[in-house]
Amino acid sequence: MTDTTIGQDRGQASIQVPRPAAEQSRTFDWTLLVWLLFAAILVLIVVNPILRLVWESVATEDGGLTLDNYVKAYSRTRYWQALINTVVMGLGTAALAAVLAVPLAWACVRTDMPGRGFVRLSVLAAFIIPPYLSAVGWVLLAGPNSGWLNKVWMALTGAPHGIFNIYSLAGLITIMGLHLFFFIFVFTSSALELVSSEMEDAANVLGAGPVKTAFKITLPLITPAIIGGLIIIFLQSIALFGVPAIIAIPARYPVVTTQLTEFFSNNRVDLAAAYALPLLLITMSLLGLQRWMLARKGFTVVGGKGGERRLVKLGAWRWVMFGYALLVSVLAVFMPLTVLIQAAFSKAWGRGFAFDNLTLSHVNFILFEHQGAVPALVRSILYAGTAAFAALALALVIAYIVKRNLLKGGQVLAFLCMAPFVIPGIILAIGFYAAYAPPPLALAGTALIIIVAFTTRLLPIAYQNSVAGLSSIHVEMEEAVRILGGGRWLAVRRVVAPLLKRSLVGAWILIFVPACQELSTAIFLSGPKNRVLSVLIFDFSEEGKFEQLAVLGGLLLIITVIIVAIGFRIVGRDFMLRRQ
Amino acid sequence: MPVLQLKALTRTFGAFKAVDNVDLLIRDGEFVSLLGPSGCGKTTTLRMIAGFTDPTAGSIEVDGRVLSSASGSLPPEKRGMSMIFQSYAIWPNMTVGQNVGFGLEIRKIPADQAKKRIAEVLDVVQMGHLADRYPAELSGGQQQRVALARAIVVNPAVLLLDEPLSNLDANLREEMRSEIRRLHEALKITTVYVTHDQAEAMATSDRIAVMNKGRIEQVDAPYIVYSRPKTRFVAGFIGRTNFITAKREAGAVRFDGFAIPADRFSDLPGIADLTFSLRPQSLKLERTAATINGRLPIAGQVTKRVFLGEHWDYTFQPVNSGLHLKVAAAPSDVFEVGSSAVLALDPALLVAIE
Ligand SMILES: Nc1ncnc2c1ncn2[C@@H]1O[C@H](COP(=O)(O)OP(=O)(O)OP(=O)(O)O)[C@@H](O)[C@H]1O
Ligand SMILES: [Mg+2]
Repeated sequence: MTDTTIGQDRGQASIQVPRPAAEQSRTFDWTLLVWLLFAAILVLIVVNPILRLVWESVATEDGGLTLDNYVKAYSRTRYWQALINTVVMGLGTAALAAVLAVPLAWACVRTDMPGRGFVRLSVLAAFIIPPYLSAVGWVLLAGPNSGWLNKVWMALTGAPHGIFNIYSLAGLITIMGLHLFFFIFVFTSSALELVSSEMEDAANVLGAGPVKTAFKITLPLITPAIIGGLIIIFLQSIALFGVPAIIAIPARYPVVTTQLTEFFSNNRVDLAAAYALPLLLITMSLLGLQRWMLARKGFTVVGGKGGERRLVKLGAWRWVMFGYALLVSVLAVFMPLTVLIQAAFSKAWGRGFAFDNLTLSHVNFILFEHQGAVPALVRSILYAGTAAFAALALALVIAYIVKRNLLKGGQVLAFLCMAPFVIPGIILAIGFYAAYAPPPLALAGTALIIIVAFTTRLLPIAYQNSVAGLSSIHVEMEEAVRILGGGRWLAVRRVVAPLLKRSLVGAWILIFVPACQELSTAIFLSGPKNRVLSVLIFDFSEEGKFEQLAVLGGLLLIITVIIVAIGFRIVGRDFMLRRQ
Repeated sequence: MPVLQLKALTRTFGAFKAVDNVDLLIRDGEFVSLLGPSGCGKTTTLRMIAGFTDPTAGSIEVDGRVLSSASGSLPPEKRGMSMIFQSYAIWPNMTVGQNVGFGLEIRKIPADQAKKRIAEVLDVVQMGHLADRYPAELSGGQQQRVALARAIVVNPAVLLLDEPLSNLDANLREEMRSEIRRLHEALKITTVYVTHDQAEAMATSDRIAVMNKGRIEQVDAPYIVYSRPKTRFVAGFIGRTNFITAKREAGAVRFDGFAIPADRFSDLPGIADLTFSLRPQSLKLERTAATINGRLPIAGQVTKRVFLGEHWDYTFQPVNSGLHLKVAAAPSDVFEVGSSAVLALDPALLVAIE
């Protein structure tokens, strides 16, 4: 094992000759162990909860098999009706979102509409305001008779009743559409960014005007992106818990998520499981459909290199377009936000904007008097932060293993990482509850169960971001370290990690923000000891304490905005508006 | 004393043989190019030498010690080699100085010594004044120089280069290839250089190994590879050439339209059907046979011509022959299409190929 020198010593530090390969003992294949370790973690946090859900739905008390739960869950028209209602709501939301988002995306990417930066920011703002918070805002705006809009209407016309009723299917769709249109906006703008002016010029040369070109050339090119966005929005809206709980229940418009909650609160996890599985199947097949559509060749036209893009000159229409964009931002952001802020500082929100109605007592109450508020805030940040770290760490290691082909069977790990993408949050929660709430683990009401559930839920975003980050680093960067004598670990520490830093910060924020606001999963897993802010806000809404709720919501928004602003500083303004 | 030896080196991907039974011996301080068309297995061979890819059969030895074999390979970090990558792989998070110093840091060279050595090597590649820059602030050629400096600073046992110049524009490419050769003369590091550009291989190498479909077809000094190609592939891949077939007869070799006495050839394989490679540059067109001395005159006429600036490209057809021979001529040697001419042929320049 003595080191010797290769060639002549050329007067510089002599190079140590490697030990001959013959002396290397073929050691135990540790890669299998690593694979098993990660597979085990993923089975625990992804596979097991879903298997337990399936198991609960078909198991009898004494361990036999039965389809009883399915019969029960679908035997009553009410349960069927909820399913149909859900589909109607999802379709309506998707349609509204498309009407809101497609013109805005086109105007922001391809035209000379004024205030494009402002419009982009409002779209982002509409998305980072949690939907349950805008739902409360809209209750204050359009609650029957008492809502602001109705009061204004009655004052203006002298009518005895208001004309808006947020507790309706239309109300449900409005609130969801105004929140979820973000997805179509992002998908469509990304697609539009790849349509070159040359393609449109070709149509113009043949005599088509700008409007005709937009409809005949541009629209078909971005159709796959729009349909992809529609599917995502449909799926998001049918899986949402907060908005239906606040709006659909008073509206007597049962949907799947409210029905699931009912089963769950009656302690019928078995029925909930049976009732949830169709939702899971719908989600999986629609996402399959979306993948298949994007993979077809029509989309690759758009996938090509962009070429030059010029902005379409709208002339006077640019102001019409801007007016539309302004209307959307006012509806999605400024109106709900204004009434929430008003409520936060009012003795009673219904008494309106008056000096003698102003008070800081709610702020004081939430910050200093309420037993649960500050701990809930701290928990939200802590759980979301920890989950974001855990998801990123897990995803990054697996992405590295897969990208660098370090282990056989890496693809299996990658698949498991992405699998939670097709599991609606509420179903994941029921699965986690079924798997880990009962003994022996008895994790119900603990911090751990929420953190792990968040981790699972956000693992796909973490994985996608990790893969994207690693793909931007050429393998040769690492190989250059190794050929100079550094091991793989040194290459990761000194080259990969520093180069990934920025995209990891972006990814962390992309995970932290939704985790911090998460309600659908948290509501089923939280007890008095692990209640997070979103759950507390929801409790307040059930009690009708809108002023205090507004203060809590404000706190949540302030955290979100600070974190997003940090992201803007470090990663650049566009990082949340890019297609993930 | 041999330094690097590839013995029956083979690498398959699935059923596909990317590198097929390659034998190559590279001497200490020698500069050898692997030259061949895209996909012929150059990179795969180089990566096996570096230790990034394991061979499926055969072995790689340094001074008789096995580094790679089908049963196991020494990892790249233990080979004491250096490599310059096609993408340069300069670390963008480190300055030029830090990039160059990284190998010394890994070898735990004391800071003051390292600093001296970095400065010395940066001066060698004329980058001394840019030590504190970040790679993003460098031009392509400068990045290339950093990659060179980073590779040679550790005094590697073997230096490996994978198409290091393919991302540069033509002028810079020429400059950098003489730079690489200059460094080699100064440092005499054993070098394996991968390229698909014959001019690059010619300008830099002591010997060129011409690869085709995973196999090495010929290993020789550049002028020999050019003037005495062993196979049809080598003759066709390097420079332009005429392929002409001939039959061995008693005491002579019969071509289409003319014959040449056998004793005028330097070496003739003992087979009946022969193929020769004949470079356009080794032929000369004359107006009359009188001006030709020592070479064989072949009468015929000019059938085509193209002027390429640095030379004429004529096509010459011998009398009573179906051959169309490409002939290069100086710009001042003007022949009209259709005019008769005499071709001066030196049989010693007819190279029999397999
Ligand atoms: N990891 C791999 N898996 C499958 N096939 C491979 C792999 N690496 C290389 N090949 C194949 O082996 C052959 C040789 O590849 P190699 O990269 O060595 O070619 P090359 O001579 O360097 O070509 P180029 O000049 O284009 O770089 C190619 O046909 C390539 O497709
Ligand atoms: Mg190559």
